[in-house]
Amino acid sequence: MAGPHGRNLRWWALGSAALMAAALSLVFFYAPNDADQGFIQKIFYVHVPMAIVALGGFVAAGVMAIKHLRTGDRVWDLRSYVTIHISIILGVGVLITGSIWARASWGKWWVWEEPVLVSFLIVFLLYCVYYPLRFSIEDPGRQGRYSSVFAVVAGAFVPLNFMAVRLAESYTHPRVLSQTGGSLPGEQRLTFIVAIVAMTALFVTLVKLEITAKSAAMRIKRLRARMERAAEERESALVAG
Amino acid sequence: MPALPLDEAGRYVAGAYGVFVTLILVYVAIMGAKLQRIDNDLAELERLAGED
Amino acid sequence: MIRAALAILRKDLRLELRTGESAPAMVLFSLIVFVLFHFGLDRDTLEGDLASGVLWVTILLAAVLGVNRLFASEREGAAIDGVLMAPIDRTAFFLAKAAALFLYLVALELVALPAFAFLLLSPSLTGALPELLAIVLLADIGLAAVGALVAALAVETRTRELIVPLMLLPLLVPVVIAAAAATEPLFSGSQAPDDLGTWLGVLSLYDSVFVLVSIAVFDFLLED
Repeated sequence: MAGPHGRNLRWWALGSAALMAAALSLVFFYAPNDADQGFIQKIFYVHVPMAIVALGGFVAAGVMAIKHLRTGDRVWDLRSYVTIHISIILGVGVLITGSIWARASWGKWWVWEEPVLVSFLIVFLLYCVYYPLRFSIEDPGRQGRYSSVFAVVAGAFVPLNFMAVRLAESYTHPRVLSQTGGSLPGEQRLTFIVAIVAMTALFVTLVKLEITAKSAAMRIKRLRARMERAAEERESALVAG
Repeated sequence: MPALPLDEAGRYVAGAYGVFVTLILVYVAIMGAKLQRIDNDLAELERLAGED
Repeated sequence: MIRAALAILRKDLRLELRTGESAPAMVLFSLIVFVLFHFGLDRDTLEGDLASGVLWVTILLAAVLGVNRLFASEREGAAIDGVLMAPIDRTAFFLAKAAALFLYLVALELVALPAFAFLLLSPSLTGALPELLAIVLLADIGLAAVGALVAALAVETRTRELIVPLMLLPLLVPVVIAAAAATEPLFSGSQAPDDLGTWLGVLSLYDSVFVLVSIAVFDFLLED
């Protein structure tokens, strides 16, 4: 395993930084204040892109898990694991910023009327079980396989769950303030799209960063094992001869 | 609910973006710790290699 | 393949009839939970959405008990290697286990639903029986498929009894949403439910997706 992940890392990092800077400038200098919500609506540009990218990450991890199961190549397991890991970290951010938005818009720290937020909570709780499942299986081959099965099942679950929660909310609470990109005026929509692109680039950068670090640590461990074995063999040759 | 006045709204927005920035910085810190460990392990390997 | 599945199913049912570990425990559990809800909510009767919620949460929690014990016979006898050495299609194994869980759930509901009606429900159930049956059976299929899958996923872990509810309950949220919403008008004085079709559709979609996913993925579990 040469260094396939670290190769383009610096470009991804630079690109993400540039895109983030562009997105932030658009958010605070270009997009007009929302007519109903005022300045608070700016939270929307960080909260929703994080949610979309995190959910996309979960589904992508499911696809990577399918590749792992079909090819048996451990690289896909590594990619799937790290993607879920970064998505969960983003997920914490989604829940906290969602709560802040709820407090600023509705006065309470949590609202059940927002189907994206509610369905995200359920998905988040599910994926948190990935770690205890993974680390309670000792055999490494089995660990990878079972984790991939979980990632596939959970990935299939994400869209189903979103649909079910949305249906439930549409019966009890008419959709009031969730603007998930459908009916935004032009400047807001452009800002929103740039924010999503920036968040995606950041996500890919973080995943590559983590994979590079992990694979470097693994290679060092293997190298050390090899060198220790070589040192032992030399010692026993000395003793014997 | 009517829109909050700007200074109050500003605090919420700052809080939200602050959470985002903090998350990334925490991740950078974790990465820093990992790199530190890799660095130490490499030093150990260099020592092992130097001994023969 | 069907014959192999039936053979495994027959073994499990025979074991269950002899030792009675799963279904009776699930029934007793549901009854005590009804009592807990009576005291916790401080109500003599329930109707509408409250009744719906209590019923389905109880069924779900009882299902967790069933899932925990689903692979117990294979684990305890270390028989799981025996099954795998025989040339059995893992799909047959999944179908057998899911069918067993389905039957335990049906047994549970045969007792728990009338008990619920006697103990807590205020409107009469008899008018809406066919709809209730459809909802319960569709929900049971989803519960059984996902339950068997989660049981297999957890079979190798040391912390099995913790992992099973943590994995199972979020995955079953769509079932609770759809089933509770569907039974709510039935528990509100036997009105004819207007959107039953939508919720039955959601349950069917859920069942199809998860039965297919489970069958596709089961081959990678329980390998050695």
